Amino acid sequence: MRMKRLAAVAAVALLALGAAACGTDTETPSTPSGESPLVGKATAGSLKFGVKADQPGLGLQAGAAYEGFDIEIAKIIAKGLGGDPAKNTYVTTVSANREPFIQSGQVDIVVATYTINDDRKKKVNFAGPYFTAGQDLLVKVDSTIAGPEGLDGKKVCSVTGSTPAKRIKEKFPKVQLQEFDAYSKCVEALANGTVDAVTTDDIILAGYASQAQYVGKFKVVGKPFSSEPYGIGLKLEDKAGCTKINEILKESVTNGSYKAAWDATLGKSGTPAPTLDVSKLTNCPA
Amino acid sequence: MDVFSDPANLQLYIDGFLMILKLTGASTLLALVLGLLLAACRVSPVPVLRAFGAGWVHLFRNTPLTLVILFCFFGLYSAVGVEFSDDLHINNYWLAVTGLSAYTAAFVCEAIRSGINTVPLGQAEAARALGLTFTQNLRLIILPQAMRSVVAPLGSIVIALTKNATIAGVIGVPEASNSMKTLIEARGDQTIAIFAVFALTFVALLVPVGYGFSALANRLMVRR
Repeated sequence: MRMKRLAAVAAVALLALGAAACGTDTETPSTPSGESPLVGKATAGSLKFGVKADQPGLGLQAGAAYEGFDIEIAKIIAKGLGGDPAKNTYVTTVSANREPFIQSGQVDIVVATYTINDDRKKKVNFAGPYFTAGQDLLVKVDSTIAGPEGLDGKKVCSVTGSTPAKRIKEKFPKVQLQEFDAYSKCVEALANGTVDAVTTDDIILAGYASQAQYVGKFKVVGKPFSSEPYGIGLKLEDKAGCTKINEILKESVTNGSYKAAWDATLGKSGTPAPTLDVSKLTNCPA
Repeated sequence: MDVFSDPANLQLYIDGFLMILKLTGASTLLALVLGLLLAACRVSPVPVLRAFGAGWVHLFRNTPLTLVILFCFFGLYSAVGVEFSDDLHINNYWLAVTGLSAYTAAFVCEAIRSGINTVPLGQAEAARALGLTFTQNLRLIILPQAMRSVVAPLGSIVIALTKNATIAGVIGVPEASNSMKTLIEARGDQTIAIFAVFALTFVALLVPVGYGFSALANRLMVRR
């Protein structure tokens, strides 16, 4: 009797875990004609984009709406797939849940400062890169820190578990690394002098530096010490969609919508639009 | 499950839980001492002390722990300048212990006060009739009986404290939930497995603690 009860409890626990594990169904990705399922969703106006919600200039949630360069790129993609950008649904993703969200179908496409790397390529497909960032430092305007070499013994802030935090630990072990769960807390700690620098991709730092309450207080050092190609994540099986999005990106350079997207968001801080190197759009599997 | 076959990841997991134990250990001791003092304040004949005890309990018992810990960093350390060590990590550890202890002491205080209420009034009256002062009365007559009746609730508080220690992660203390975040970031495909391992480790750590406190409560119970 006692064993039976134990078994029942175990079964319930397993069920609960199982229910958490399977979020959604796994649909067949490609239609027989070889067209990406994204096209159908775009036409139906049901595209779901995973974006960041806490990165000024890139992906920032303001009330119910999202704004930033990543959002503009999402709009370009939706339009290129034949949909209406106004019908896009945006879902907040954080660094840790981007792959699970794509794999489970909770989002169709991720445009969320998503660095292309080999580990991630095993789980999702990357179109792009649509931008290449580099890890840099944000410091106070009067700071003497001129690059990562000058950081020994200094207090540097980044986000728990992020790639920039990991790189600091590995490459600059003498740095005292303060970790918070969001960059906004790091920037606050920098503003009140608790930490000496904040580190992550330069483009994200530029976004914070251009926020109204911090204008004129911070500067980006400008010596990037890594290369972070931002990709557009989608399901591993959707090869047609990957190629299609790359074509849309090429098109956006020629018709000027890429530059317009930049000027409307990150370009506001005065940084001129980068040139998108279309010869590097080669991440799609053949 | 192959996340944990990588020695670096395994180390991260072990370090995370060791940090939880270190946070819990220091905070338990501090919270017990502080909670006992607060309980003494709350039953004392001095109105100022009673108000202080009540104020502490109301303030900390009704504030989210995340706010308390964040305040320790941005308020105590950044704004007021309380610094325990030049080393950022040691400093953060003690800031977290401060927050956890102050918060948990409020619960310890209330548990002990409820224990004091289980001691029959006649005991205190008899002690006073014998000429014992308030402090003697509390120390020799009331608290020894009260403490024995609150072992089980104190056990619950210690268990809650162990889990609450994960909140130290918000100011960057490298404890278990931070290790978990780092692992999930690195291995997004095994989120569920990583999550399950961390959850089950907590259960495995705390179930024996629960049984231990129950057994202790049974042995120490004042049989009336």
